[in-house]
Amino acid sequence: MSGGLRRNTLPGFGLTMGLTLTWLSIIVLIPLAGLFLKTMELGPDQFWAILTSRRTLNALKISFGLAFCAALVNLVMGMIVVWALVRYRFPGRRLFDAIVDIPFALPTAVAGVALTSLFAQKGWLGAPLAELGIKVAFTPIGIFVAMVFIGIPFVVRTVQPVLLDLDSEIEEAAASLGANRWHIVSKVILPSLMPAVLTGFALAFARAVGEYGSVIFIAGNLPNVSEIAPLLIVIRLSEFRYADATAIAVVMLVAAFLIIFAVNRLQRWAQVRAPAQ
Amino acid sequence: MTMETALPRYTSATDRSRRDAMAARSARRDPRTEPGPVRWLIIGVAVAFLSVFVVLPLVLVFAQAFSKGIAAYLSALSDPEALSAIRLTLCVAALSVSLNLVFGLVAAWAIAKFEFGGKTFLISLIDLPFSVSPVISGLVFVLLFGAQGYWGPWLQAHNIHVLFAIPGIVLATTFVTFPFVARALIPLMQEQGTQEEEAAISLGASGLQAFFRVTLPNIKWGLLYGVLLCNARAMGEFGAVSVVSGHIRGETNTMPLLVEILYNEYQFVASFAIASLLAMLALVTLVVKTVLERRLDEGQIPHGH
Repeated sequence: MSGGLRRNTLPGFGLTMGLTLTWLSIIVLIPLAGLFLKTMELGPDQFWAILTSRRTLNALKISFGLAFCAALVNLVMGMIVVWALVRYRFPGRRLFDAIVDIPFALPTAVAGVALTSLFAQKGWLGAPLAELGIKVAFTPIGIFVAMVFIGIPFVVRTVQPVLLDLDSEIEEAAASLGANRWHIVSKVILPSLMPAVLTGFALAFARAVGEYGSVIFIAGNLPNVSEIAPLLIVIRLSEFRYADATAIAVVMLVAAFLIIFAVNRLQRWAQVRAPAQ
Repeated sequence: MTMETALPRYTSATDRSRRDAMAARSARRDPRTEPGPVRWLIIGVAVAFLSVFVVLPLVLVFAQAFSKGIAAYLSALSDPEALSAIRLTLCVAALSVSLNLVFGLVAAWAIAKFEFGGKTFLISLIDLPFSVSPVISGLVFVLLFGAQGYWGPWLQAHNIHVLFAIPGIVLATTFVTFPFVARALIPLMQEQGTQEEEAAISLGASGLQAFFRVTLPNIKWGLLYGVLLCNARAMGEFGAVSVVSGHIRGETNTMPLLVEILYNEYQFVASFAIASLLAMLALVTLVVKTVLERRLDEGQIPHGH
């Protein structure tokens, strides 16, 4: 990261930067700008009317509400998983460590049909749950289950490196000062994991809000009940109601950007907190 | 030499103090770890959670695919519609990955080898597609190229098909996989600095020679890592492709789209047969990724995504 002048001896900056900006504009920036331009064509009244229509509001409520619940579950379960993977040795640990990445790698449509068959009334898990009177597939619970699935890697993978790097000396110091285990975990370890935990939570939440493939099979897709916002966008498109689709998309996109902004803030906070190494 | 002789003595000293501490602790409860029952409870919950939510769905894909025997599985895969979906998926992935490969190399050269203002901002622009819902990634191209879109009427007048055709699928796939290669290369190339390239150029190499002879060998594992993840996502993308594809049977159905169509037609064996290919792709990707991560020194590449 030293001196700027010396770097100018390498060729190709103008060419590569020009190509980068051109290609970035063609593939990403112009298409996204088109979405916002299209929204501008709507009057504010029209925009507001679309967003406050019952079906849109319910779809947004379902997507954001269930995504929040799923991200909370991911937070708690992610902490348990990451703790087991980092702090303990047990048979199959490395395998389970690798398994955490499967929701990232498995195509969403595959996850969708697999979860649906698993939780359908005659499915491996659906049948015993049905006997208990719990219906998962084709209800909002199904949406929640799919969102939990795709959110699994986020908290684990953001917290894992931080927990691995955590200095055991601090724990030993706390122990030698007479703190019991619960105090050490809650007062010493958890606070230093907090930025990573919240980052993982936010990423899982953002992913679940926008998720489509793994959710629509298991959701049931009943308007106002189990219809997620991304599906409503697809439905409006197929009805050629572009304005409706665009308005919903803009709201979701702005929400996603706000979450990413919050994540960046969290990361900066984490950097400030982390002791210089 | 002094370091080497000093080091073992140091570690053995800490080992000894650790052993002493462990002996002392065996009398009372160790405050540096959880009591045994708690430990096993945590491991049990973690293993049960991952088994139910991740392992079980994966096993189910293969169980369903082979539920009517291997003959039914193979005949499902050799169906003309399945073959055309496999061909299309391979073709789209090849195009999108190549485009992103070239872009990733070019962008990483500009960003990692030079200093300029707004670099962080540029990187976050490249990252943008990761935070866009797949459906919206498809929608933006419908708004540009659709019949009611900005360029739709002009394209229609000139009989050019973008939407509901292969170009639209490639565009949407390229959009959702945009950051992978660049993201894998930028931190790696930043860490490697510019000295080796500068040396090559001062010895008379051209810029391209320096790139192919010096830079490329240095980043090959990172490049492979980015391409691997990019390819997995390109072949598996569902939401964005679903919006732009038009679902024309035998023409614009990729493998994930065919999984959906067959599933909705209750052709479960056929649907899960295609799904099993995609699941295998995911598993192979994870294995190769693990190998590559070990090749690349720890901490050089970003985890996840």
